[in-house]
Amino acid sequence: MSSCLQTLSDYGLRSIGYGERLLPKADITLCEQFVLIGSGMIWNIYFAILALLFGFFFATVLALGKNSKLSLLNAPCRAFIFIFRGSPLFIQFFFAYDLFVLLPRLGVDIDLGFLVVTVETRWLTKAWLGALIVLFLNTSAYAGEIFYGALRAVPSQDLESADAFGFTGIKKFRRIIWPTMLRLAWPSYTNEAIFMFHATTLVFFTGFPAWQQKGDAIYYASYFADKTFNPFVPYPIVGFYFILLTLIIIGLFGLINRQLNKHLPTNERKKLKINKYNLIR
Amino acid sequence: MFSYCVDPKTLEGLMWLSCYITTAKHMSFYYSFFVVMGLLSLAAPLAMAFGFAGATAARSSLKIVRAFGKGYLAMIRGIPDIVFFLFIPIALDQAFEYLRHKVLCSDVTEAVRQGNDFVVCAAAKLPLNTANEWVHDIYGFSLALLAFGFVFGAFAGNVLSGAMAAVPKAQIETGEAYGFSSSQIFRRILIPQMWIYALPGLSNLWMILIKATPLLFLLGIEDIVYWAKELGGIKTGVYEYPHPDWRAWYFGVLMIFYLSLTYLSQSVLDKLSTRLSKGQATMAGKAV
Repeated sequence: MSSCLQTLSDYGLRSIGYGERLLPKADITLCEQFVLIGSGMIWNIYFAILALLFGFFFATVLALGKNSKLSLLNAPCRAFIFIFRGSPLFIQFFFAYDLFVLLPRLGVDIDLGFLVVTVETRWLTKAWLGALIVLFLNTSAYAGEIFYGALRAVPSQDLESADAFGFTGIKKFRRIIWPTMLRLAWPSYTNEAIFMFHATTLVFFTGFPAWQQKGDAIYYASYFADKTFNPFVPYPIVGFYFILLTLIIIGLFGLINRQLNKHLPTNERKKLKINKYNLIR
Repeated sequence: MFSYCVDPKTLEGLMWLSCYITTAKHMSFYYSFFVVMGLLSLAAPLAMAFGFAGATAARSSLKIVRAFGKGYLAMIRGIPDIVFFLFIPIALDQAFEYLRHKVLCSDVTEAVRQGNDFVVCAAAKLPLNTANEWVHDIYGFSLALLAFGFVFGAFAGNVLSGAMAAVPKAQIETGEAYGFSSSQIFRRILIPQMWIYALPGLSNLWMILIKATPLLFLLGIEDIVYWAKELGGIKTGVYEYPHPDWRAWYFGVLMIFYLSLTYLSQSVLDKLSTRLSKGQATMAGKAV
């Protein structure tokens, strides 16, 4: 037990560069596998949370753009959604990485007043930024399509009452359209969030290299499977972590769903139930 | 390929390009597109079979079969598919070799798992060390195919079980009133009526299957991703056709390939959906 605590302090933050430098090579224990794979989950959570957070807002913009009557707004949004939903994320990673590598190495100084930050294009070839951008664009496209569908399904009576009450422009959108759109889209969006977490496992298997063996959960799992030649331990551990994570997401999104449905009469409130036909992105 | 390609260093422009894109390696690249199509056409029916079995098991009256079926369908929602793609081929390979070892080399008493090694006797190796290279290729491809069938079977199982649940209860009750046995109801009422409910999910699944095919690369198969990386990398002067890093271009080609494939599929599926909706008592059916 105490040796497992030692392992935890050695490898608990290994995926972000703290603790023991060398990965375990021989006599790999179950504890080491659990700790190191768990440490890798930090990356999966980092990628998914940031991509979903930024993607949420961009997706709203895309949905509004796709719904717009102006072809100047409509066409680029449609094209964006089509390109990112129509091609495999796996290829998007490779394509983006190879594009980023071709970029000239530039550094731009950004003066924040109290501190000067040098933004380098080199960062784009690192997973923490490059892969995050790809994931962000990808989830924006999928969520944009979901929000667009929900936007089209907002009841016309709601809009008429908004007009009757004199709501216009931003206020009409923020108070009437947006909450209803979110409420309608929420079950599908929950599903998208779950699959975004799953998609983060692709990062270190595509162009983006794991620098100094700092990788995500599945990177370490495949490392262990290679070293021990026994896939029956590390992969179920990854599975365990992800099932746990999925349950947490469903719980959190269920709470938000309750908030979104709060104003409805009890018998009309919808429980967060993931549709079986369209459960996949 | 062409007669003027003997000395590529002297060529320029279009002549050079025409020789470049017809080298033997490029031919392997083009051939790998057929591997992808082959995988798609084999994985789709296999996944349907797995999915049908899973969905049927999840409705079984036997508790243990039902638990097994439900577990299979639920698992794919919690665990990323790539875990299965990495796990299933090695696990199956080891399972096959282990079984063959037990049967063919029963006289060997040493344990198969020795520390970090997995040791089976030479006769139990799959494929045999003496086998041709194409046997190795076929074996690797089959393992990958089984992994695809398993993962997409679970997805399809979810869609089919949802569709089975969506068939109106009254239809089933009518069958019971006419004295149909439960297997007759299943075959004559449930199955024929579920397809229209399953179609949206299955079309979605087909698109996902298309987008999952580059994962073949992870399974060590020389697919389009492998060749794009191989051909696109920097080629120095020692090569016949030197060029800088062209990987972005090659992956751009793959993007276009997949975009056209999904676009084409979408338009076919939309047509199919309209046709199948004809005469159905649904909103889409009334609209036609």
